[in-house]
Amino acid sequence: MSDSTSTRAGLSDAALAELEKLGKRYPTREALLLPALWMVQQEHGWISQESMLYLAELLDVSPVRVYGVVSFYHMFHDRPPGRYNIQVCHTLSCSLRGAEAILSRLQERLGIGHHEVTADGRFMVTRVECLGACEHAPVCQINEDFEFDLTPEKLEAKLEQLP
Amino acid sequence: MTQRILSLHFDNTDSHLLATYEREGGYRIFRKALQMQPEAVVEEVKKSGLRGRGGAGFPAGVKWGFIPKDTKRPIYLCINADESEPGTFKDRYIMERDPHMLLEGILITCWAIKSSDCYIYIRGEYESTRKVLQAAVDEAYEAGYLGADVTGSGWRCDVTIHKGAGAYICGEETGLLESLEGKKGYPRIKPPFPAVVGLFQCPTIINNVETIASVPWILEHGGDAYAAIGVGKSTGTKLFCMSGHIQRPGVYEAPLGIPFREMLHDYAGGMRRADRPLKAVIPGGSSVPVLTAAEAMEAKLDYESLAELGTMLGSAGVIVIEEGTCMVWALATLTRFYADESCGQCTPCREGTGWVNDIIWRIEKGGATADEFAMVQNLTDNMTGTTICPLADACVMPVKSFLKKFGHEFEEHLQHGGCPQTQPVG
Ligand SMILES: Cc1cc2nc3c(=O)[nH]c(=O)nc-3n(C[C@H](O)[C@H](O)[C@H](O)COP(=O)(O)O)c2cc1C
Ligand code: SF4
Ligand code: FES
Repeated sequence: MSDSTSTRAGLSDAALAELEKLGKRYPTREALLLPALWMVQQEHGWISQESMLYLAELLDVSPVRVYGVVSFYHMFHDRPPGRYNIQVCHTLSCSLRGAEAILSRLQERLGIGHHEVTADGRFMVTRVECLGACEHAPVCQINEDFEFDLTPEKLEAKLEQLP
Repeated sequence: MTQRILSLHFDNTDSHLLATYEREGGYRIFRKALQMQPEAVVEEVKKSGLRGRGGAGFPAGVKWGFIPKDTKRPIYLCINADESEPGTFKDRYIMERDPHMLLEGILITCWAIKSSDCYIYIRGEYESTRKVLQAAVDEAYEAGYLGADVTGSGWRCDVTIHKGAGAYICGEETGLLESLEGKKGYPRIKPPFPAVVGLFQCPTIINNVETIASVPWILEHGGDAYAAIGVGKSTGTKLFCMSGHIQRPGVYEAPLGIPFREMLHDYAGGMRRADRPLKAVIPGGSSVPVLTAAEAMEAKLDYESLAELGTMLGSAGVIVIEEGTCMVWALATLTRFYADESCGQCTPCREGTGWVNDIIWRIEKGGATADEFAMVQNLTDNMTGTTICPLADACVMPVKSFLKKFGHEFEEHLQHGGCPQTQPVG
């Protein structure tokens, strides 16, 4: 993902060019903060303090403000997540169709609780609120991909298949 | 006859592609709108009676009329694709299966409100949906429907997709604006209303995806034709999101005013298990008061009928609950949602959602006292009407209605020292 020009905390030249192009669509630099944070997370997997300082300078926003934004939104990681972030929905429509059974099986199998990462760094389990896919309840997302109509067995089989 | 306006192309092959959309006559209505005076377009939408599909049900054309006539500032259109109300998943279908219908609606709306800049604010979890939508936007630029010189008319229109990052409160329209500006999604105090002071301090119209996707049909067939569908002030069709204990969960389009009974049996295939009859229904996304089975079976699904029953159509996220479900537990999963999602700006909401959630869970699991149960009433009374945005009320409505209609289950739990039910749920 990140090309050779990307620094440890900053954005690659390609991402920077894309960001500047996007900048023409917004009257303020600050409005680029969410898109830029997404780019950092895409390239580095998470958003470090260094990255936050980098973006603060890049977009002329105070570092405190960047930090506040990162911590406000559930999907930004301010520490490295597992390679596979298993986000299990536990809101009503999913709970009605067995979300808790999914969560307890996961917990048993991986030995980790909410927002914890397995020792090998492979899996993270996150309880999340309604993912907007309740017709397929219970659902989860593994990184960006939906897994629909889950059963504990189906999810376990999926985990086995992951590279 | 089932009237299909929004879902007409949902099941077609490649319905998301421009070529398919154009073959079906797509963007023709926009060309017609470009020949009309913007005010005439607004009038047509007013005539249709189209109401906001994001939850509040405010008439779209009327809202568009609130933009100051003499403004010298840019006017913005924001499409609310945050779709985070529990039980709601209809906008995802529109964006994945007919994204050009939404884009044509956006073009017509921008023309009507004299805007050249539209942002689509889509929830971060909808990444695969965003990709489909972005591809459609790219196609529209390529074909000259978007850009500096739309269809050679000399008029500019830009559409930018802005990705959220996981926060229910960014679905609230002013939380959305703050988020778009690169800040925490803290709702703003109103007035001023966004139509006057909105995005980047400029006049801004915020509408839900489904609302705007309805606009091309209205322009094609006329406001009167749209108003002839549905009942009374609940005009047109609506996408109903059916979830919970039913045979066929999914998105179903039907005219407003359709009886719940019909939606349940004819569309959603009835209850999932023959031995477990209906117990309760939350008809408008999790933030509206719950209905008992008896109430629901007589209910019609439109704004006025549901208001008469003391609840709301909301986003039409219909959550169906079967007999045997513990209602204390069901409520606890909802209060957890509001406690998790309160943005924390207002003390009654931040503290109230937290306390209520804590007590309801302890009623469920054991450990709550009768005094604490009584406190829930007091807490919820203090949460209504005292906050910047309606999230606090959105928590209070399910709580109060569950207590009122299923209060005996809460009493039983208190007496039993926790949930008397042992079998796992689901
Ligand atoms: C807490 C909260 C969350 C909301 N979430 C959404 C949402 O996810 N999508 C949406 O369209 N409207 C949502 N709304 C309603 C919006 O504030 C606003 O009324 C709507 O986007 C206006 O568009 P409409 O008139 O076309 O419905 C929410 C409101 C509140 C108070
Ligand atoms: S009511 Fe709750 S969610 Fe709304 S602004 Fe206040 S604290 Fe935030
Ligand atoms: S409740 Fe799980 S996706 Fe909606």
